[in-house]
Amino acid sequence: MMRLQFILGKLLRGLLTLLLAVTFVFVVLRVSGDPVSMMLPDDTPPAIVAEYRVSLGLDKSLPEQYVRFIWSALHGDLGYSFRNDRPALTVVLERVPMTLLLGLSGFAITVVIGLLTGIAAALKRGTSIDHAAMAFSIFGHSMPNFFLAILMILLFSMTWRVLPSSGGATWWHLILPAVTLGIINAGTVARFTRSSMLEVLHQPYMRTARAKGLRLTRRVMSHAIPNAAIPVVTVLGLRLGGLIAGAVVIETVFAWPGIGLMLVNAVSQRDLPVVQTIVLLVALTMVVTNFVVDLTYGWLDPRIENRQSKEG
Amino acid sequence: MTVIDAEILSAGSGRRRTSIPQRVQPLAEVILAVDGLTVGTARADLVIDVSLEVRAGETLCLVGESGCGKSLTCLAAMGLTSEPLVVRNGHISFLGQSLSALGENQLADIRGRDMAMIFQDAMAALNPVRRVGMQIAEVLVVHRGLSWREAERRAIELIDSVGIPEPEVRSRAFPHQLSGGMCQRIMIAMALACRPKLLIADEATTALDVTTQAQILGLMRELQAETGAAMIFVTHDLGVVAEIADRVAVMYSGRVVETATVDELFEHPLHPYTRGLMACRLHATTTSHGRIAAIEGTVPSPSRRPAGCSFRPRCSFGTDACHSPPVLSRVVGDHRAACHFAGDFA
Ligand SMILES: Nc1ncnc2c1ncn2[C@@H]1O[C@H](COP(=O)(O)OP(=O)(O)OP(=O)(O)O)[C@@H](O)[C@H]1O
Ligand code: SF4
Ligand SMILES: [Mg+2]
Repeated sequence: MMRLQFILGKLLRGLLTLLLAVTFVFVVLRVSGDPVSMMLPDDTPPAIVAEYRVSLGLDKSLPEQYVRFIWSALHGDLGYSFRNDRPALTVVLERVPMTLLLGLSGFAITVVIGLLTGIAAALKRGTSIDHAAMAFSIFGHSMPNFFLAILMILLFSMTWRVLPSSGGATWWHLILPAVTLGIINAGTVARFTRSSMLEVLHQPYMRTARAKGLRLTRRVMSHAIPNAAIPVVTVLGLRLGGLIAGAVVIETVFAWPGIGLMLVNAVSQRDLPVVQTIVLLVALTMVVTNFVVDLTYGWLDPRIENRQSKEG
Repeated sequence: MTVIDAEILSAGSGRRRTSIPQRVQPLAEVILAVDGLTVGTARADLVIDVSLEVRAGETLCLVGESGCGKSLTCLAAMGLTSEPLVVRNGHISFLGQSLSALGENQLADIRGRDMAMIFQDAMAALNPVRRVGMQIAEVLVVHRGLSWREAERRAIELIDSVGIPEPEVRSRAFPHQLSGGMCQRIMIAMALACRPKLLIADEATTALDVTTQAQILGLMRELQAETGAAMIFVTHDLGVVAEIADRVAVMYSGRVVETATVDELFEHPLHPYTRGLMACRLHATTTSHGRIAAIEGTVPSPSRRPAGCSFRPRCSFGTDACHSPPVLSRVVGDHRAACHFAGDFA
């Protein structure tokens, strides 16, 4: 009962987030400039401009446009791309697999590097391994992603000429953007994993594990990590959302044909339905990830259900 | 004053002390011997020059006010001290083997199987995200090579044996779903799982009600009778001491200040601190927390112990001589005390 209430509450909050994100984009896009005048040459006769405006539904008042937009969105209709005459959703969905491929590869790299580095640093606290891991973490944390991207291109594509720097034609093209994305996020995950592990390693139950005669590997794998994982999963979940956002920048630098690159183009071309669709999708991903993280949390930490039912 | 003087004095006092009661065969095997143990942090020594010995089938009680170093002594005996704690000095031998000569993996093989410890704060000492049955079973899987299925069945029996109702259901509970007393019994079941040769119980029965406590003490005794285990039992409860101990070591501010057989200690406490404890016991046995009722004054903090005898600020017998530190030395038979005037009290 409590559980159901908890899930419903989360779902409702998620839907609200989606609505806010979409509304924000909708308003900003329309207030910040006239799409029609951007699409047509400067010397287009006013009559044609007006005709265009009507055909795109931009002649109506803002509230009316908004209500229409929400209403059709609820029916799964996100409008037609201004640029090519196909449904915005179709246009965007065509690019989603590429972004997913990049995002998930980056995420996998983040998880593997971040967790391993963090755990190693915690277990070897104060040693050179720890210092190296933390230097790496600060590097990943403080380096702007586009800067690392450019650095990677300079090194691997231009100086050593071992990897392609732009496009998404082959698997080789995936390596640089995915590694860049992975490293940027791995730093934070490593730092978080380390501190979470350190806290857990000092807990009385870890001493019990030692007193029981468990060897290091078992103590770490079956006693420390399950506890340390709880806060780390939250960070990973947030990172998964952040990766999609980060992918926009990375895709642009590496000309990776995903929705990030498409978003940048659509914004500059004022292709409103496409921008709205992408924002909706990205927001949806974030909401779903957060939801999954919340559920995982309850599953990882048996104490959480109690707390939630107490709060509820 | 020399030891001989003390014996003459005590003989002169006219008390009959010819037959000191000995429950334990003197020939029983020494299970654990701690010799000159000093444990501290960078700032202060917390356990100073502690020597203890427990033989097979024997129960040694450690008593003393909160913070006097009982738990640390136990931890060090298991070789479990970790930063910021350092063992500065001393030698620990278990079954005749020096712990310091063993590698971490060899120690792991001994711990939980041959020597087990029941920790003071059981709720915190159990892993919060693992089911308690699994935590008990793990010991059997690791040390006895049982399958998980087998081990978990055995864990349920153990949970039953420490008097927890509905053991199948409880074995699937997480620690936070159990009461403090139940967690403590889970810890006890875990420690007893492999029938260790040395059982260290740090306030193992403090959170339990009187009936359960009696049941648990009975269980430990039973195990002891069966396996000839040695037991170190830390408690604040002198009633429990009287019931369970063969020998008692009284600790004060990091040191053992008196050791004797239980009868000897209760009948003829020598150290002024022990005498204080006994006097408190006569008036009101324990406080509501089961703690030893207070002697006037407080324990000095480990970083600010007075020079000489640490008990001096609270001692009504103190003289100038007490500015030099007393040594734990034999007063009568195997009764030792660390007080310059112990002989006078004998
Ligand atoms: N990990 C640690 N780091 C630093 N100081 C510690 C640590 N553990 C214990 N101490 C200090 O060592 C002293 C002895 O502690 P210990 O836990 O052995 O006392 P105790 O006799 O078991 O007391 P209690 O009856 O309250 O359990 C105390 O002053 C305590 O503050
Ligand atoms: S040595 Fe002195 S101060 Fe210490 S207990 Fe004995 S009489 Fe008291
Ligand atoms: Mg203690």
